[in-house]
Amino acid sequence: MRKIFTPQYPVYISSFAAVGGYEERRGPLGELFDLASDDDRFGERTWERAEGEMGRVCLNLAMKKADISPADIDLLLAGDLQNQCVATSGGLLTFGIPFIGLYGACSTLTEGLCTAAAYLSADSTLSRCAVVTSSHNCAAERQFRTPLEYGAQRTPSAQWTATAAGAFILGRYGRACIRGSLPGVMTDGYVRDGANMGAAMAPAALDTILRYFSLSGKRPSDFDLIVTGDLGAVGSEILCEMLGERLPGAERIHADCGLLLYDRDGRDFHSGGSGCGCSASVLAAKILPEICRGELHDVLFLSTGALMSPSSVQQGQNIIGIAHAVHISAV
Amino acid sequence: MENKKEYGERVARHSPASPVIKNCVLAFLIGGGICAVGQLLFFLYNMLSASMEDAYTLVTVSLIFIAVLLTGFGIFDNIAGVAGAGTLVPVTGFANAVVSPAIDTKAEGLVVGVGANIFKVAGPVILFTTLAGTLYGIIEYVMSLFV
Repeated sequence: MRKIFTPQYPVYISSFAAVGGYEERRGPLGELFDLASDDDRFGERTWERAEGEMGRVCLNLAMKKADISPADIDLLLAGDLQNQCVATSGGLLTFGIPFIGLYGACSTLTEGLCTAAAYLSADSTLSRCAVVTSSHNCAAERQFRTPLEYGAQRTPSAQWTATAAGAFILGRYGRACIRGSLPGVMTDGYVRDGANMGAAMAPAALDTILRYFSLSGKRPSDFDLIVTGDLGAVGSEILCEMLGERLPGAERIHADCGLLLYDRDGRDFHSGGSGCGCSASVLAAKILPEICRGELHDVLFLSTGALMSPSSVQQGQNIIGIAHAVHISAV
Repeated sequence: MENKKEYGERVARHSPASPVIKNCVLAFLIGGGICAVGQLLFFLYNMLSASMEDAYTLVTVSLIFIAVLLTGFGIFDNIAGVAGAGTLVPVTGFANAVVSPAIDTKAEGLVVGVGANIFKVAGPVILFTTLAGTLYGIIEYVMSLFV
């Protein structure tokens, strides 16, 4: 879209929930999760099913908070990082809600929020849409990198896929309002290193942020925060440097979910967290509660995605970045 | 958007390099430690009246066993994250490379899971060491015709 999408009918985030795993529980946001499990298997036999279970639990928690049942939700928009999004289809099957599966790598959350806002805006008789995204460190390591127990040294720019999920129920009431959204443009940063995805995604985040401010006529001072999904330390540094050159002031209000989720001094987090569950859980555990409490008023939230597969990286293709923006404000 | 060269330079400026010297020192110490353990085991087996040849074999088997056990308990990858080449180069690295995909793919079944994937990581090592061995054999044979 060349224009910022502004809902015709107001769209609110009525309810939300965040679920995390063991490392997320030990992180700085551990206390803020609705549920953070000590057992990354979530009682399941495989990591892939564990991710689905995490999504299921998360949507259940969000529905419980809003005191609604699956029958009250008109549409479910959800996705994850696994091939063909099987965590989502496996985990959310039993809800029986009409479902549109999404894949935007780690940008899936804002892809879902943009789409849900468009549906709710187009038809005032729709009452609610749910957006759920998840990622699981062990399922992602297996699919994208090496076997879990394989002993390898990771480079400092590598990121840690979060074991987390976020569920959001968008409807006609709530304390956080979606003011507008701007889908991202696929951006080639000429990065081929699968262990430096922050650098691959930073140009996409920059492009969407610059377009948002140029199209809206707003200034960085109109926002309390610009939050990116999972640029990590390397990608955030690059983005902030480029923002400082092109949109001075914006770099001072930047935060990154991948850096908020973990204490990077511990374990193998290196450049920070990543994954569909990273931005989703940080939005639900930290950003939205702060908006609802009135501590933050205007937030530009961008989940960032690295569009790649193990084959595309091995074949030497560039990693394409994408970042969709959602403007969320307190009511 | 910047061109490939400009952005590449920006990325390089912000991407921290691996701590090569620290990694080398740790690899040397931990790798050397593993070899020292191997040597101690050799003395032990030798003392327990194993022949020299048997003792060497027993040392290799013991190190593989320990590496496999630690991989199974989820400890090996934590050590390797610090040790790097220190655990990768000795036979412990190869043992881990074979066992970790086997554990990983257990859920997909014995044949299409474990069977098809067990050499996923170690396969290239097997292939290229066999090729190198063959090449060495050919060179040695050709040289033996003239020397």
